[in-house]
Amino acid sequence: MTASPQTDDSHELALSVRGLTVNLPHGMERAHAVEDISFDLERGKILCVIGESGSGKSVTANTIMGLLPRVIGVSAGSITLNGLEIVGMDAESLRSLRGRVVSMIFQDPLSALNPLLTVGAQVDEAMRAHGIGTQASRRKRAVELLDEVGLPDPALMYNQYPFRLSGGQRQRVMIAMALALEPSILIADEPTTALDVTTQAQILELIRDIQRRKGMSVLFITHDFGVVAEIADNVVVMEKGHVVEQGTADQVLKAPEHPYTKRLIAAVPHLTDKDRPSLQSAGSDTVLKVEGLTKTYRSGSALLRTQRVVPAVRDVSFELASGRTLGVVGESGSGKSSLGRLLTKLMDCDGGRILFEGRDIAPMAETEFRPLRQRIQMIFQDPFASLNPRATIGRILTVGPTAHGMPYAKAREDARALLDLVGLDTGAYGRYPHEFSGGQRQRIGIARALMFEPTLLVADEAVSALDVSIQAQILELLDKVQRETGISMVFITHDLRVASQICDDIAVMQRGRIVEMGPPSQIFLNPKSDYTRELVAAIPGESSNRPELAAAEG
Amino acid sequence: MPAFLLKRFAQSIVLLVIVSIIGFVVLNLIPGGPLAQFALDPGMTEADKARLAEQLGLNRPLLVQYFDWAWRLLQGDWGISFRDGNPVLTVISRHLFATFLLMGSSTVIAIAIGTWIGIRGATHRYSTFDYAATVGAMVALSIPTFWFGLIGIYVFSLKLGWLPAGNMYSIGDGSVLDYLHHLIMPSVVLALVHIAVWSRYMRTATLDAISQEFVKTARAKGVTERRVLMKHVVGNALLPMITLAGVQLPSILTGALVTETVFTWPGMGRLFLDSLGYSDYPVVMGLLMFSAILTIAGNLVADIVVALVDPRIRLA
Repeated sequence: MTASPQTDDSHELALSVRGLTVNLPHGMERAHAVEDISFDLERGKILCVIGESGSGKSVTANTIMGLLPRVIGVSAGSITLNGLEIVGMDAESLRSLRGRVVSMIFQDPLSALNPLLTVGAQVDEAMRAHGIGTQASRRKRAVELLDEVGLPDPALMYNQYPFRLSGGQRQRVMIAMALALEPSILIADEPTTALDVTTQAQILELIRDIQRRKGMSVLFITHDFGVVAEIADNVVVMEKGHVVEQGTADQVLKAPEHPYTKRLIAAVPHLTDKDRPSLQSAGSDTVLKVEGLTKTYRSGSALLRTQRVVPAVRDVSFELASGRTLGVVGESGSGKSSLGRLLTKLMDCDGGRILFEGRDIAPMAETEFRPLRQRIQMIFQDPFASLNPRATIGRILTVGPTAHGMPYAKAREDARALLDLVGLDTGAYGRYPHEFSGGQRQRIGIARALMFEPTLLVADEAVSALDVSIQAQILELLDKVQRETGISMVFITHDLRVASQICDDIAVMQRGRIVEMGPPSQIFLNPKSDYTRELVAAIPGESSNRPELAAAEG
Repeated sequence: MPAFLLKRFAQSIVLLVIVSIIGFVVLNLIPGGPLAQFALDPGMTEADKARLAEQLGLNRPLLVQYFDWAWRLLQGDWGISFRDGNPVLTVISRHLFATFLLMGSSTVIAIAIGTWIGIRGATHRYSTFDYAATVGAMVALSIPTFWFGLIGIYVFSLKLGWLPAGNMYSIGDGSVLDYLHHLIMPSVVLALVHIAVWSRYMRTATLDAISQEFVKTARAKGVTERRVLMKHVVGNALLPMITLAGVQLPSILTGALVTETVFTWPGMGRLFLDSLGYSDYPVVMGLLMFSAILTIAGNLVADIVVALVDPRIRLA
C-alpha cells in the first residue's frame, strides 16, 4: 500500500525494539518491568501493543519516549528510531527527538492539558520547544492544526482554556499538539480508554485517518481487543513484562497461539443477542418500581441570574422484579450515576416515586429510611478507593451489620461464609485491602454489600476499572450470587458489551431520559431509537465480529 | 465573577461584625471591665468610679454601648486613648509604618526563600538538601521566635557588633541605609518561622503538580526541563500558595508582636502590649479591629488574585 521510496531494510522500520529489559526498583513485585522484549513498528503501519494492567506496555512506551522515572532504568537492549539508537542517548538529544520525531498522546485528556494555559499556547509550545517558526507562523500553524483534528471554530478554540472543552475535544487538542511537527512516529497510550464509546469511535477514526494521510507510524497501546480489531495492522501481546505473541492483526485475533492470548480474547465481552435465561429464583413480585423520577441540579444563584440548571434525571420510570437484573447504559452525563444515587437515597429526588417493596422511599426522611437502607446495597467502581486501607477485611465486612445491631459472633460467621461465596479464602478475614488485587478487592466489595442480605443491589460501573479477564470473573460471580440469593440488581455501566452479558433488560439513557428499554436482543439487534443504534454501531470491534457471530449461529 | 466577588465581600462584612462583637464582649467581660485599672488605686472611691463610668457612658447596657461604639467606628471616630488622650486612629497610624515595613520585608524574605527551598526540595526529593530543609523547618517551627531574636542579638550585636540590637533607626541618622541596617535582624528573625511553613507547603504543592499528567505531556512535546518546571509545575503549584499567603497574613502580624518587643521596634505589636499594660481599651479594641480588617482584607485579596489567575474561576 505504501509506495516507500526507500528500499534499505532498516528504513522500512520506523521503530525497532531489540531485547529490551527495564529494571524496576528493588522491593517491587518483580525485578523487571519488561524483560527481553523485541518488536518492530513498520513504517506507515499501526502496531497495537495489548496487555492487562502490569503487563509493562506503558513502561515500554515511556522508554521509547525517554520519559521513564529516574528510579527505573534500561538495563539491556536497544531501541532504534528511524535507525537511530536512543538507549544511552543523553537527555538533551532525547529531548530534541520528543515531539519532533516521536510524539505521544495519553489516556486521560482531562488531566493531560495544563489548566492554566490556553489550548493555543499549549499547541504553540510544541513548536516553540524546538525553536521552530516565528510567533505569527506558529499561531497560524496552530489554528490549522486545530482545524485539522476536527475542532469547531479553530480560531476561537485557540484562545480557549481546557476546562471549557469536552473530553473528546481535549483529546483532539492532544492529537493536534502531537502532530504539530509532523513526527514520523506517534505513540498513543490508551488514548480512547477514558472516552465515551461514540467519542472513542470518532477519535479512532481521526487517528486512523491522520495516520493514512501522513503515512505516520503508530504505536497504539490498549487493553481492548475491540479497539485492536478496529485499528491494528500488527499486534504485540504482552503479559507480565514479556511479549508472548506477535503477528498481524488477522493472525492474532483469528488464530491466537499463546494460551494467554486465547484467554484474553475469550474474556472480551461480546455483544450477545441472546437473552439471559430467566433464573429459577426470579419471581414475579416487583421489588422496585420507579415512576416519573426527576432530579435537576442547580448551581449558582437565581438572584444574580447566574443560575445553571442541569436536568440530570428526567421522568424515569421502570419496574424490576425479584431475581432480575436491569442494566442502565449511557454515556457520561446521561444521568445513569445520578439515577443510582437516587435509588440508594444518597441524594434526594425532585419528583416522582421510588416504590421499594411497595413503599415509596422517595419522600422518606433519613431516620425513617435507615432500617430500609440495609436492604438496598451498593457496589462501587473503584475497588482501590472503596475499601478503608486501615481496616482488616473482617472489620470492613462486619462494621456495618454490627452497627445495625447484629451480634459480632453472627456477623463474623456471615462474613466468613460470604468470603467463601465470593471465592476468597476465609483467611482473608484478618488481612488488609492492600494485600489483595483489584479483582479480589471487588469481590470483597460484593461480600460487603451482601452482608445485610439486601434485596436490591445497585452496582455503579462495578467492573469498569478491572482488566477484561477479571471483569469476566466478576460478572460470573454476580450471576452466581443472583442465582443463589435471588437478589435484584440495577447494573449501571457505560459498556454495552458488559451490559449484554449480565442483564435481563437494558435501559438506554441519554440526557437524563430513558430513550429505550428492552431485552438485549431488542437493544442490539433491533434497536428502536436512533441513539441506541448509534451506540451499538460505535462499539469497537463488533462490526467485524457480528457477521461471524451470525454465521456461526446461522 | 462579579457575583462571586460581591458574595465574598458580603461574607467579609458579616465576619467583621462578628469579630467586633466578640472583641467588644470579651473586653467588657474582664472583671472590673474597662475600669479595672483603678481597682488597686487607693485614691479612687466607689463614688469616683461611678462618676467616671457615668462620664464615659460605661453604665449603659452593653448592647447600647456596642452600637454606639460601632456607629462611631463607621464614622471614623475610633475613640480616645486613655493613656495620652489622642484619637485611636492617630495613635495607630503613628505605628503603622514601622509594622508594615517589618511585615513587608519579612514577607518578601519568607516567600522568596520558602518558595525556592520548597521547589528544590520537591525536585530533589530525598536528597541531602531535602532532608536538611525538612529538619531545618522543624527546628524553625519548634523554637520560639523570641529565642531566635535573643540569640541573634547576642551573636550579631553583642559579640560581632555587626547589627544594631534594636530600634528602627539611630537617633540623628535616619538615612535609608540606617533603616535597612536596623531592619535586617528583626525581619529575618520574623521570617524564619514563615520560611519553614511556606517551604513545607510549597514542597507539597510542587510534588502535587509534578505528578500531574500535563507535566508529562509537556515533556513529551520536548519542552526543556527548565521550562517544564517554571511554566507548568511552579505555575500550578503557586495557585494554592496564594490562598496560603492570605491565611498567613495574621500570623505575621502576631509574630510581629513578639519580634517588635524583642527588638524594641516601634510598631503596632509594641503598641498593643503597652496598651494592654495600661488597660488602654479604646486602643486595644482599635488594634483588634484593625488587625481583623487587615486579615479579612488579606483573605479577600487572595481570593480575588486566585480568581484572576485561574481561568477555571475567572471565566466560570
